[in-house]
Amino acid sequence: MISLRGVSTTFAAGGKEPIVAVDDVSLEIPDGSIQGIIGFSGAGKSTLLRNINLLERPTTGQVWVGDTELTGLNAEGLRRARHHIGMIFQGFNLVNNLTVLQNVELSLKFSGVKDKTERRRRAAEALEIVDITDKTKNYPAQLSGGQKQRVAIARALATKPEVLLCDEPTSALDPFTTATVLQYLADINTEFGITVVIVTHEMEVIKALADHVAVMEEGRVVEKFPATELRREGFAPTTSIGRYLVSDGISVRRAGTSGVSEGFDPAAEGVQYYDQQVDPQRRDEVAPRENKIFAAVEGGLR
Amino acid sequence: MSFDVVLERLPEINQAMLETFAMIGVAIPLAVLLGTPLGIWLWSHAPAGLKPTPKSHAVVSALVNMVRSFPFLILLIAIIPFTRLIVGTSVGTAAVIVPLTINAIPYFARLVEQNITQLGTGAVEASRAMGATRGQIIRNVLLVDAKPAIIGSITITTVSFISYSAMSGLVGGGGIGDLAIRYGYYRYETETMVVACVLMVILVTVVQYGGTRAARWTDKRVSA
Ligand SMILES: Nc1ncnc2c1ncn2[C@@H]1O[C@H](COP(=O)(O)OP(=O)(O)OP(=O)(O)O)[C@@H](O)[C@H]1O
Ligand SMILES: [Mg+2]
Repeated sequence: MISLRGVSTTFAAGGKEPIVAVDDVSLEIPDGSIQGIIGFSGAGKSTLLRNINLLERPTTGQVWVGDTELTGLNAEGLRRARHHIGMIFQGFNLVNNLTVLQNVELSLKFSGVKDKTERRRRAAEALEIVDITDKTKNYPAQLSGGQKQRVAIARALATKPEVLLCDEPTSALDPFTTATVLQYLADINTEFGITVVIVTHEMEVIKALADHVAVMEEGRVVEKFPATELRREGFAPTTSIGRYLVSDGISVRRAGTSGVSEGFDPAAEGVQYYDQQVDPQRRDEVAPRENKIFAAVEGGLR
Repeated sequence: MSFDVVLERLPEINQAMLETFAMIGVAIPLAVLLGTPLGIWLWSHAPAGLKPTPKSHAVVSALVNMVRSFPFLILLIAIIPFTRLIVGTSVGTAAVIVPLTINAIPYFARLVEQNITQLGTGAVEASRAMGATRGQIIRNVLLVDAKPAIIGSITITTVSFISYSAMSGLVGGGGIGDLAIRYGYYRYETETMVVACVLMVILVTVVQYGGTRAARWTDKRVSA
């Protein structure tokens, strides 16, 4: 069980009002489940995820993973705890000048596996799980995005963690590659019973993978429901992101066409997109353009 | 222009080349050896680094800036007492190696700091998530990914200090650059000066070529 208890994370904003990225979040994630966290850009999803392994230490609140209170550990204890918590990222974060095999070996090295032969064997084993067996001597630059993410998954799995944290793992990938990577995550969850926490702004990812959904808005978890609800006739989410999740996708008003179709209409939902919300100078920093909803709204068509 | 003059100067030219090799061959490896950890320290103790210690960082950073802002000639003279303490003399090639090294360490450290800063935070973040120690991150991630850039920095430093070493004449340090100045400027022996300059150009070209090749060789970011 991963348990977040009253977790808040505040960032100093150099003289200005501090940013409350995570605001009093309590969330319990059962062992072996897949928890999806969805929300618009800047909602605090990444910060909340990074609170779980204390990459970002919460300002207040407790983080428990299993029987350990991570927020109560010293630096050394925290490092040990992290050996049991894997993490993957949108940008893969591989070491460019190491081969695929060496990259996977890293997590084993860091977790204290001294014997090189054993490291190699276990790294190769982890790579087999994600079906990368013929590219072990290649460098990351020679791989496709999907392959890189699979290597990152292998790197996270090599130490046999109980938890896998995923921060937008497929946001840099096309839909087909996304499906492959998600399938690996699903298989890993089933086969090894690893608890998966996945942060995303893509509803497809949530629908495909999650057991439980938490919706974030302005640092708070505003809605929680089991993923099965998404397929239940008559399920009425209370937030606009929730409604967006159960919709068939985005629709956009265009001049000269007859009104808006069935889909999710951000404007009708009262969703303010970032160019109304924040200083245009800061918009890329606050809301990177890869966010599909906003890109669709702004671009005017999909 | 007569070739005989140059032939006559051959022993001096030889000697000067050896002196240059000695100056660069001691100062640069020392700068790399000491400047690399200093550069890493500057990076990791900066406010946004792995282990922020803003106060001591500000102090060390100011010291580095101070040494770096001295014109080499001034430094050469200013630290004569220190030089005497280290090598027992304030003249000759050995005496130039001391200020060269003192100047090269912070110079190289800043370059290394820059090399690491430019890597981006992704792999470091992943390593922290994997429970790596700071030492492990530095050895297994930062130095590995910064290697091509650091080789580039060694090249730049070497080339710069080949040129700085020409000022060694002030304390009788010798070297090929000093030879060019002595014979070309003071004795109007243009031939010797030209030969000395050509040798310096060759030296710099070889260093630059070798450095560029080595950097490219170790850089795996682009597929071959
Ligand atoms: N290190 C930091 N320093 C200051 N502010 C930060 C920091 N990290 C995040 N923030 C701010 O906290 C808020 C939440 O950011 P976070 O990255 O958690 O959002 P997100 O939901 O992951 O967004 P996205 O979908 O764009 O990744 C934002 O306003 C962001 O600018
Ligand atoms: Mg994010």
